[in-house]
Amino acid sequence: MIVRKIGESMITPLGFSVEENFQAVLGMRSALRHYEHCWNLPFPSYLSLIQDDLLEAAFQEEVELTRLPSPACTRFEKLSLLSAVKAVRQSGVDPKSERVLFVLSSTKGNVSLLSEKTVDMQRITPAHTAQLVADYFGNPNTPITVSNACISGLCAQMEAYRCLQSGQYDAVVVVGADALSPFIVAGFQSLRALSVEQCHPFSDNRKGLNLGEAAAAVVWEAAEDHALDTSWKMMGAAVRNDANHISGPSRTGEGSYRALQAVLQRSGLSDKDLACLNVHGTATLYNDEMEAIAIDRAGLASVPVNALKGYYGHTLGAAGVLEVLLTMCALDHGLVPATRGFEGLGVSVPLQVSAEMMKTTQRTFVKLLSGFGGCNAAAAFTC
Amino acid sequence: MMKKRITHSVKLTRQTLEVDGKRVAMAVEGEPFLTSLYHAASIEYPKFFKMDLLCKVGFIASEYLLNAEGKERFQPADDRAVLLFNRNSSWNADTTFQQTIVNPEEFYPSPAVFVYTLPNIVTGEIAIRNKYHGESDFILLPEMSEAAMEQAIDRAFLDPATTSVLAGWVEAISEDDFEAFLTITEGC
Repeated sequence: MIVRKIGESMITPLGFSVEENFQAVLGMRSALRHYEHCWNLPFPSYLSLIQDDLLEAAFQEEVELTRLPSPACTRFEKLSLLSAVKAVRQSGVDPKSERVLFVLSSTKGNVSLLSEKTVDMQRITPAHTAQLVADYFGNPNTPITVSNACISGLCAQMEAYRCLQSGQYDAVVVVGADALSPFIVAGFQSLRALSVEQCHPFSDNRKGLNLGEAAAAVVWEAAEDHALDTSWKMMGAAVRNDANHISGPSRTGEGSYRALQAVLQRSGLSDKDLACLNVHGTATLYNDEMEAIAIDRAGLASVPVNALKGYYGHTLGAAGVLEVLLTMCALDHGLVPATRGFEGLGVSVPLQVSAEMMKTTQRTFVKLLSGFGGCNAAAAFTC
Repeated sequence: MMKKRITHSVKLTRQTLEVDGKRVAMAVEGEPFLTSLYHAASIEYPKFFKMDLLCKVGFIASEYLLNAEGKERFQPADDRAVLLFNRNSSWNADTTFQQTIVNPEEFYPSPAVFVYTLPNIVTGEIAIRNKYHGESDFILLPEMSEAAMEQAIDRAFLDPATTSVLAGWVEAISEDDFEAFLTITEGC
């Protein structure tokens, strides 16, 4: 039995399909823009924001508003619904089937509604949006929402993998989404995690991360193993905790190392099998150093490493889905994406960071993420 | 459904604490219940006082749960997963943080509050306290569902490293409205 990809979608400032996004990345375009006082916040920032009118137009075109309890949707709800509709349509699955499960990945859902005069408490949680999406499709199962900080998108796909491996479901629709708001931007600013310039993953001049908003969805299906199957397959995933600090990564890369080790062991992969390691690479001092140490400890220091934050910023709950799908698309074109913003190695391990787009014939990669709460996730994919 | 057994359980509400089905403490008017429970169990972990409400509730419930289990504590391990659930995510910390940014004249976003505006921080606090390097995850459900939680616990055992799961429901809306229902499930 294999777990294979049968549908996908991507909504970002760089495009409303995976291919459009890949073309933008190929052209080294970034969605990050400078804002002096975005939403009147008293500090400048670099953010990647989806244009309201473009989102609204696509939403009106793709989503059947009569199937919603109310046509008035938040940005977060629009992102979730739109990406789900596009991925489900491409996959051809029957979303009404009890053999199909919806899984949402989000860190902050509708938190922006907290600034409304009358706060609708029921609607803030992403679990409410997950139910909205499941109801839109008439799906009978209780949708689950993974809210495991920045690794949510990989955790959600791990849940999907397990649901399919265990025969509990035939297909799982994973939607990763987060909408930016003053809440999130002010919060990261208070942690002094934001860079005042475009981010520089793994570089010696890195000063912090940029935030971005996006949605990406993927449909995974259980299928019989077939030698001629050319679709992307998930080989395994693991989540491990640093057990060290709630908001700082482990200096020994403990959780990331253990997650990588578990995935390599289970999938039987080693450094020579991998086209690339698509990592978190937020461009904060501590994250990138931690990842470098974990990669080295896992014996993967010779594998090309790349990070996509220079194009999109950190897209939170969407990151784990978006970055996996873009890496797959690039490898389909025989390419490893360039790490935009990389300007000279600034971590203690000699990592092979891909400064430029590189050609490859390999079709297997590992994705790595880490997040607050000390959580770390790794997953392997092949084609 | 996989073969497994629940070895211990804790139910904590605003009024009472039950361990393995037996009531062990009741709230006393005028005393903060969570702090009383912290002292009653002779816990020495000053970080507790820095935690937000969701973490305090999850932490106290997990302490009584693990004391009931009676195994040697604080041994590094990666065979135990921590898997928690609720509906309203980090509602209490979210509303607290919102207050620090709502007024442009008093704009002072607090990093100490913001860090708790993720529901999975409580899984991290439990992992740190107990040196658990295993899987940790937080899942939101549209409503409390024993069936959905049990399915997720079953799935956690699909990681070959996982031999037991500390799991359950932890919701913290306000000082007067919180609950935790935690169990330890051992794979057979």
